[in-house]
Amino acid sequence: MPQDKTSYDVIITGGGPAGLSAGIYTARARLSTLLIERLAIGGQIATAEQVDNYPGFPDGIGGFELGQLMHQQATKYGLQTVTADVTSIKPAEKDITVNTTADDYTARAVIIAGGSKRQKLGVPGEEEFTGRGVSYCATCDAAFFREKPVAVVGGGDAAITEAIHLTKFASKVTVIHRRNELRATRILQEIAFAQPNMEFSWDSTVEAIEGESFVERLSLNNVRTGEKSTLVVSGVFISIGFQPDTGFLKGVVPMDANGLIITNERMETGIPGIYAAGDIRQNSARQAITAAGDGATAAIYAQKYLTEQA
Amino acid sequence: MSKPVSVDDNSFDQVVLKAERPVVVDLWAPWCQPCKMIAPILDELADEYNGQINFVKVDIDQNPKTAARYGIMSIPTLLIFKDGQPVSQLVGLRPKRELKQNMDAALK
Repeated sequence: MPQDKTSYDVIITGGGPAGLSAGIYTARARLSTLLIERLAIGGQIATAEQVDNYPGFPDGIGGFELGQLMHQQATKYGLQTVTADVTSIKPAEKDITVNTTADDYTARAVIIAGGSKRQKLGVPGEEEFTGRGVSYCATCDAAFFREKPVAVVGGGDAAITEAIHLTKFASKVTVIHRRNELRATRILQEIAFAQPNMEFSWDSTVEAIEGESFVERLSLNNVRTGEKSTLVVSGVFISIGFQPDTGFLKGVVPMDANGLIITNERMETGIPGIYAAGDIRQNSARQAITAAGDGATAAIYAQKYLTEQA
Repeated sequence: MSKPVSVDDNSFDQVVLKAERPVVVDLWAPWCQPCKMIAPILDELADEYNGQINFVKVDIDQNPKTAARYGIMSIPTLLIFKDGQPVSQLVGLRPKRELKQNMDAALK
């Protein structure tokens, strides 16, 4: 719901650990703060069933629960939240304008903590069959593929974790990877190679996802030999990483070739009053805890900046 | 405060298909994290559309027939029904704005 107030000391874009941690710090500094989230509180970590590396939770904690707790903590100190898409950020001499699909806001400082979006394959059939065999969440959807052949696209930790999960449901799991070895950590590789119903399609890319009403087969291309083949599957799980959500920030803040925002150790972007924190910035360790640390750092230097400006 | 109510395979026809208003059906399962994320947004929408649209949820683990009937292979999925027919299908976590657009369309 749009807030009546449109002018704030600080605006934070993104409601994951980076943004929520920043919000705890700015709200406790008694800076009026608005957090703008596109989808749902918690961000990427909220999709994790269990988080075992966030300090303070020796028995682990659900990612969704972790996000909710951070949000409660920030809200307790006065953080306001709105659900909207940020369409542009315009720096100016005094106030920075943040345009969104809900309303236009201004703030004296902005912390960009929008994280990253799931990377899509971008092949024919992907959009069409989403929810009809194309999935981006094996823990959500594995149960729909009992005793059916499925494929997983990707070779990293997330992809292999999903593939291992799927072996408990599917008749056969084929991992399609563009290289001839996995990037996933060794222990995951060992588990994966020990699965009797897991196969690997090395040096391969998906060219198209095909079927009538539901996914029936994949067209594969061997990148080494150029050989084309068909793989019969009922489902395909796509897990090829994430990309920063910074398209709308081109020309506003400095970015690298991958679209990651360049900051210094204070999370400053070089544009006065604009900070970046978490997965959206270059050299992020891409962990919930490091994102939270970035958010706190950005908030502390934003607070300093606002004090100096006043 | 209006909250989505749970329906099962047996009550689905009566509660959803025979409803006089459009009905938003949230298909979810306990193991699905994005389903948990979308739930607070649906709570908000149930409030905002109170009296215009009914909101229900179906645990597809307990009610596989409803999921199979509508060819559901991914959750969360939202189905919007109007006069007993599905008029929208929204797969995955979607922006609230997009959900509202589909709900507004069902009210026309």
